[in-house]
Amino acid sequence: MNVDYSVEEPVVHGRLSLAEIEDLVVKPLDSKPNKKFYIALSISGSLLLIGAVLVLFTFYYGIGLWGNNQPVGWAFGIVNFVFWIGIGHAGTLISAILFLLRQKWRTGIARFAEAMTIFAVMCAGIFPIIHTGRPWLAGYLMPYPNQHGLWVNFSSPLVWDVFAVSTYFTVSLVFWYTGLIPDFATLRDRTTSKIKKTIYSLFSLGWRHSHRHWLHYEKAYTLLAGFATPLVLSVHTIVSFDFAVSLLPGWHSTIFPPYFVAGAIFSGFAMVATVLILVRKIFDLQQIITLDHLEKMNKVILVTSMMVGLAYGTELFMAWYSGVTVEKFAFFNRAFGPYAWAYWVMVVCNVLFPQLFWIRKIRRSIPIMMVIVILVNVGMWFERFVIIVTSLHRDFLPSSWGMFVPTLYDIGILAGSFGLFFTLVILFTKALPVISISEIKAVSDGAQPSHHRGENHE
Amino acid sequence: MSNERKIYGVAALFTKPDDIIKAASKVANEGYSKWDVNTPYPLHGMDNAMKLKPSKLGFITLFCGLSGTALILMLTYFTNSIDFPLVIGGKQFFALPAYIPITFEITVLLATVSTVIAMLTFFFKFPSNNHVLHDTPYMKKVSLDHFGIVIEVSDPKFEQSKVEELLRSFDPESIEIIYHKEEIKYPIFEPKFITFLIIVALAVSGGTYITLNKLMFITPFDWMMYQDKVIPQSRIELFKDERGMRTPVEGTVAKGFIPYPYLGVDEPPEYLSNPLIPSRENLKLGKKKFLTYCSPCHGNFGDGDSRLHDQFPNPPTLHSQRIRNFEDGRFYHIITNGKNVMPSYTAQINRNERWAIVNYIRVLHRAKNATERDLELVTKETATNVAN
Repeated sequence: MNVDYSVEEPVVHGRLSLAEIEDLVVKPLDSKPNKKFYIALSISGSLLLIGAVLVLFTFYYGIGLWGNNQPVGWAFGIVNFVFWIGIGHAGTLISAILFLLRQKWRTGIARFAEAMTIFAVMCAGIFPIIHTGRPWLAGYLMPYPNQHGLWVNFSSPLVWDVFAVSTYFTVSLVFWYTGLIPDFATLRDRTTSKIKKTIYSLFSLGWRHSHRHWLHYEKAYTLLAGFATPLVLSVHTIVSFDFAVSLLPGWHSTIFPPYFVAGAIFSGFAMVATVLILVRKIFDLQQIITLDHLEKMNKVILVTSMMVGLAYGTELFMAWYSGVTVEKFAFFNRAFGPYAWAYWVMVVCNVLFPQLFWIRKIRRSIPIMMVIVILVNVGMWFERFVIIVTSLHRDFLPSSWGMFVPTLYDIGILAGSFGLFFTLVILFTKALPVISISEIKAVSDGAQPSHHRGENHE
Repeated sequence: MSNERKIYGVAALFTKPDDIIKAASKVANEGYSKWDVNTPYPLHGMDNAMKLKPSKLGFITLFCGLSGTALILMLTYFTNSIDFPLVIGGKQFFALPAYIPITFEITVLLATVSTVIAMLTFFFKFPSNNHVLHDTPYMKKVSLDHFGIVIEVSDPKFEQSKVEELLRSFDPESIEIIYHKEEIKYPIFEPKFITFLIIVALAVSGGTYITLNKLMFITPFDWMMYQDKVIPQSRIELFKDERGMRTPVEGTVAKGFIPYPYLGVDEPPEYLSNPLIPSRENLKLGKKKFLTYCSPCHGNFGDGDSRLHDQFPNPPTLHSQRIRNFEDGRFYHIITNGKNVMPSYTAQINRNERWAIVNYIRVLHRAKNATERDLELVTKETATNVAN
């Protein structure tokens, strides 16, 4: 290993000119979709359709079609909600936190990760609403003067959730769109189709790459990143409050906020890596989304994997150290009870497999990486399953113990959420530049002035 | 490009970032004010070269963010402490720690959204798709990989030959003169446009009709609300009278029932005596029941002046000398038995409450005919309360 850490690696490989970079990024938008695209779209579209039909069944016949019932009142609905919200966290982390840390390598993956954030939050937002069984009553979650003379309970973590998730979605969307404005202008200026030009003009709002605008734009971007950073940490913290504020052994724990945030970043990076590996291959973006990017992401996955592992260990230790019988039972039941298989799937996928990333060769090997990140996705889904279902299924009274078995509806709706996510991702790759054109140009070799007058240095 | 068209400005294009920085700082030093640099991405050091002041966008963010904080705190205070106070978890009504998550979220929401909106509308004056620079070859180049500088005619120091000379001195790739666009006039009564308007009108009116008349009245799945069971107002053919709500079997005696001997007798030979002393509680109860059951006809103070006045045979005032002389038992008899159009109130008002109402009627009598002595008593009592 002869890596010279004193020299920054080039973000874009192959010494591409600005025009070449742009052509590479815009190619999927200019070319007609090929067969592979339609195959992928039909698979994800079918999953989406299955999910949609099953959701309609749920509305028509009621929530009884799902497997959750006393004592396990929260199951797949909330598991999937927390899972997707977690996936959504990588996008803002990459686009905001890495932006503030001046990590140039983020530019190659930021746009894509932000888009994934938005799609994942959409998937997440669906679940609590369909879990109520009466989605048309969701308007009552918002505080407005209504005919009942009632207000929402601002002290309830479930209401915090509504505010956190909707704020997160709005801010992510605004952040994403702000980043897209210069790219829309670039697309507008290069397209020859009249319809496309009208659409791009509409969305570019008349951007003309003026430096007098860039000045404010960069300021706004920094401000947005500054706000998105605490926001992304707050969202999963608030999601974890749904559990931590309750008095249930297994949920009632102060470790939850950091534990959930670390898990969210972990699963989010894994999902971004999963999709990016495919996208860079399909659209020939290996020079822009380089192996170095993936390696860096794998390092983040490794770090967060150990944070999550530490949290698992701490939980077990605290259960023993607290000396509380019910607490001890809850964790013993998790690891050795009827759902022990789920617990050990979680531990193996989340803590053991990512340890392989200590080895540089594995970090830079696409096939092995692909397997590990998919395992991480599986493991993180099971983490939420373990937290929610195993804490609920054995009550204080052994007479009210029960088991949760998912029905086909549960599984179909979960598959449907993946269908929604991937349909949106696939459409996104063909509709918008998956890499921020203006940002990637700005960090390519020789793109910035070479002056060294000691001003404006990074 | 005809020369008759008005010139917007003179532009120079560069391919190297170093060149544009140099050019920009020279132009800034020359004292031009109406000029701009167009680059496909923000260049480091351009702010200083162009002598631009730092962006003031942050003040808008600060102001709107803090407004968000204040607004949501006021909303939580108003809803949970004033409009609908509710004890939750034994905390005080305004439980600040519990509101911090929401306060934070709303602060972030308002700060970010207002920053972007302020930037786009207030700072950039967007949307502006008809700017002169759009659709020029210059724009297409700076959008891709060139760095351009434009000096506008509207600049007070603008002289075409001088500006061109200045720009040429930077050794640019090319120099372009940018003209104002010919104004395109669109006829209003173009068939295409009219068709478009008609389609929009149909779509909007149809959509509005369907939304307001159909969508709003779709019943959601309400099977829990309408179930196969008999509720009080529903019909059921099991019984002869087809009423879902059943009355007790004849001769049923209610718990705690005490028979009234003169039920149905118009002028009983004797009246019962009032068993209730006019204690504070009894008078309170009497007031409550009087206002609920008696005041709709007799008025809040028993004057017979309720809003039902003139819609029915008018109920008498309770303050006539004749009525004031009634015994307590006679009021009780009338409430129990009814009189003229007034029905019996036995079903609504129990025995105790009826006597309480009678006591309250006496209070009204005394209040309507208060003496000096009564006033003294009231003043004395109020004074004692104040002293306490």
